Amino acid sequence: MSFQKKVNMKHLIQNVYSYADSRFKLSELLQFATKKKVPEHKYSFWYYFGGICLFLFAVQVFTGILLLLYYTPSIDSAHESIKFIMSQVKFGWLIRSVHSWSANILIGAIFIHMFSTFLLKAYRPPRELTWVSGFFLLLIFLAFGFSGYLLPWNELSFFATRVGTDIASTIPLIGKHIKTFILGGSEVSGATISRFFWLHVAILPLFTTIILGIHILLVQIIGMSKPISLAERKVKEIPFFPNFILKDSLGWMLILALIGVLCVFFPWEVGQKADSFAPTPLGIKPEWYFTFMFTTLKIIPSHILLFEGEVIAIFGFMIGALLWMLVPFLDRNAAKERRSPFFSFMGWIIFLYIVIMTVLTYLLPGW
Amino acid sequence: MKVLSTNRIIYSLSLVVLAVFVSHPTLSGQTNSCVECHNELDEELKAPAETFKRDIHQQFGLSCADCHGGNPSEEDIDLAKDKTFKGTPSRSLIPEFCSSCHSDSSYMRRFNPSLRVDQLDLFWTSKHGQLLKKGDINVAVCTDCHGTHEIQAATHPKSMTFPWNIPQTCNRCHSDKEYMKNYKIPTNQWENYKESVHAHALFDKKDLSAPVCNDCHGNHGAFPPEVTSISYVCRQCHPSTGELFSQSPHKKVYDEMGISECEACHGNHKILPPSDEMLGTGENAVCIQCHEPDSKPYQVASRIKGKVDEFKEKIHNVESLLERADRQGVEVSEPKFRLSEATTALVLVRNLTHNLSLIDIEEKIEDGEKVITEVAEAGEAALREAKFRKVWLIIAILFIFLLAIALYLKIKQIGKKTSA
Repeated sequence: MSFQKKVNMKHLIQNVYSYADSRFKLSELLQFATKKKVPEHKYSFWYYFGGICLFLFAVQVFTGILLLLYYTPSIDSAHESIKFIMSQVKFGWLIRSVHSWSANILIGAIFIHMFSTFLLKAYRPPRELTWVSGFFLLLIFLAFGFSGYLLPWNELSFFATRVGTDIASTIPLIGKHIKTFILGGSEVSGATISRFFWLHVAILPLFTTIILGIHILLVQIIGMSKPISLAERKVKEIPFFPNFILKDSLGWMLILALIGVLCVFFPWEVGQKADSFAPTPLGIKPEWYFTFMFTTLKIIPSHILLFEGEVIAIFGFMIGALLWMLVPFLDRNAAKERRSPFFSFMGWIIFLYIVIMTVLTYLLPGW
Repeated sequence: MKVLSTNRIIYSLSLVVLAVFVSHPTLSGQTNSCVECHNELDEELKAPAETFKRDIHQQFGLSCADCHGGNPSEEDIDLAKDKTFKGTPSRSLIPEFCSSCHSDSSYMRRFNPSLRVDQLDLFWTSKHGQLLKKGDINVAVCTDCHGTHEIQAATHPKSMTFPWNIPQTCNRCHSDKEYMKNYKIPTNQWENYKESVHAHALFDKKDLSAPVCNDCHGNHGAFPPEVTSISYVCRQCHPSTGELFSQSPHKKVYDEMGISECEACHGNHKILPPSDEMLGTGENAVCIQCHEPDSKPYQVASRIKGKVDEFKEKIHNVESLLERADRQGVEVSEPKFRLSEATTALVLVRNLTHNLSLIDIEEKIEDGEKVITEVAEAGEAALREAKFRKVWLIIAILFIFLLAIALYLKIKQIGKKTSA
C-alpha cells in the first residue's frame, strides 16, 4: 500500500469515527473503558470465566439463529429437520455441533464462574444484585438447556423430558399442574415441543437480554471485586481496555479452538427418532448438569419419617437454591470484609456434592 | 333422630348377615359333599378337590357333579353317590366322557360359542384315536394333554396346551423310550426341536406364532404328516417359498421319487436357521446330498452360491464403508436406510434359490447392486467430507493459534507499557 493510500485510509477511518462519535459519544465510552481498572492478582484467572460465558452466549445466539433457518418444531418434522441439517445443509453439522457443544461448555463455565465468585466472596456489598442477577441467569440457562434438549425429538431427549417432568409432578398440591403447564398436557407431545421451542427461542432470550444487560451493567459500574484475603495488600490494577479485554479474547480463542476439535471429532449425535409408544429405555438420564439432582432423587429412601423421600429432596433443592440466591444477605462477615470460613466450607461441600453425584451417575449407571 | 340411627344400624347389620348367609354354601344349605369328603382323604384323593379351584370348569360355575354325577348336597356318602354317579371313567372312555358336553353345541354355546365341538370326531381320525379304538389304552386321551382337575383354556400361559407348553406336553410321552418302545417311532423329537429355528423363535423371542407340534401334526386329529403333505404343512407359513419350489425342476423329480419337499433339505423337527452354507457345493451344502460333482445341477448350485456370496460381500463392503464414515462423525443414516433395500434384495435372492432360476436370481441381485452403487457413492462422499473437515480443522486451529500467539505478544507488550 502506497503512502498516499495509507493516509487516505487513515483519513477515512477518522471521518467515520468522528461521525459515529458525535452521535454515540464513543470517546466517552472509550474513556470509561480505559479508565476502568481491573485488579490483577493470583486469583485473576477466575475473572475470565465471566467473559467466556458471555462469548459462548454470543456463539449460542449466532448458531441458534442459523439453526432456525432449517429447524421445524413439530413432532413430525423436528427430528427429520435435524437430520437434514446434519447431513444435507452445507456446514449444518458444524453449526449444530457448535450450538450443542458450546451450550454444554457454557453451562460448565457458568458453574465455574458461580463457584469462583462464591469462594472469592465477590457477592459481598455492593455486588449483591450482581450475584442475584447471576443466579437468575443460571436458572435461565438451565431452562435453555432443558428446553433445547427436547427439540431434536430423539429417544433420549424425549424420555429425559418425561422423567424430568415426572419428577416435577411429585411436588405436593401444585406438582401435577406444573407438569401439565410445562408439557401442554399430561404427556410429552406436539404441544410440548411447540412450547419448548418458543420458550427456547423467544421467552428465554428476552429474559436473558434483560437480566444479562443488568448483570453486565452492574459489573461495569461497580467493577470487579478484590478477594478479602488480599484486602490489606496493595494489588496491581490493569486497564479494562485494552489489557483485560485482550486477555479475555485470548481465552475466547482457545475455547473456540476446543469447540472446533470437539465438533469435528465428536459431532453432536442425531439419535433415534422419539417413539412415544416405546418403553422407556434402560439407563435414561437427563443432561449432565441435572444429574446430581437426578441421582439424589434415585438414592434417597422412599420415605423419611412420614414424608416421601422424593418430595423432601425436591423441597431441599428448592430451599437450597433460595438460600444460595440470598447468600450475599446471609454472609454478614463477608459484608463486613471479614473472612467467612463457614460459607467457604459450605461452598466446597456443595461443589463436591455436585461433582461426586454427577460422576457417580455415569460411573454407576445402575444406581 | 337417635331411634332412626339405631334402626339404620340394625337394618345394615341384617343385610350383612343375610349376605354372608346366602353366599356361604354351608350356611345357605348348598353343601358340596364331594369337596368336603375329598378334603379329608389322603393326598391322591384330596388333590382333585384342591386343584379344581383353579380349573376353567369351576370358573364357569360347573362342579364335580357336572362331570362325575352324584348328589353333592347329600352329606351321607351312600346318598351322595346316587344312581347318577359316574365315578372315574376308564381311560378308554375319557374321550366320550368329555365329549358328552364338548360335542354338544347347544350346551357349549352357553359358555363359549366360539369353541369347536368336533374334537371327538377329529380324535377318532388321529393316530391316538385309531389306536385307542384298537384297544391300546396307553395312547393319549383328553386328560393327557389338557390335565384332569386343573384344566386351563388354551389361551392361558399356564395351560398345557398354550404354545410354549405344547412341546413339553407331547414330550412327556414321546420322549419316553420305555413308554414308546412298542410304537417303533423316534423319541428324539423334543431334543431336535429344541435346537430348531422354530424353538428359538418360540422360547427365546417369545413368538407365539412359531410352530409347535400341533401346528404341523394337528392337535385333536394328530397324525404324522405324509410325504405328500409335508410341503403343504410348511406352506401354511412359508407360501412364497413353497410357490417358488413348485416352479423349480425339483418339484417334478421329488414327486416322482416320493421325496418330501422341504424336509429333504431342511429336516423336520431339527429345522436349523437356514444359512447360505446350505447352498452350493461346500461341506455343509445340501445340494451335494443328491448331485454328483461335475453334473450340470452341481455346477448350477455352485454358480448360485457364487452369486449370493458375491452379493453379500458387496453389501458387507458398503456397510463397512458407512460404518467408517459414521465413526468419523459424518451423518450417514440416510445411506444406511437406503442400504436396507439391498439387504431386502438379499433376502429375496435367498428365497429365489428355491426355484433354482439363475436368471431370476441375477435379476434381483442386479436391483440390489444398483442400490449398493448409490450407497457406496454416498459412503465415499461421506469419507471425503470427513477428510475435508479434518483438513480445515487443522487450518482453522493453526490460524487461531497464530492469532492467539500474536495476541499474547501484544498483551505482553501492553503489560510492559502499563507497568512502565
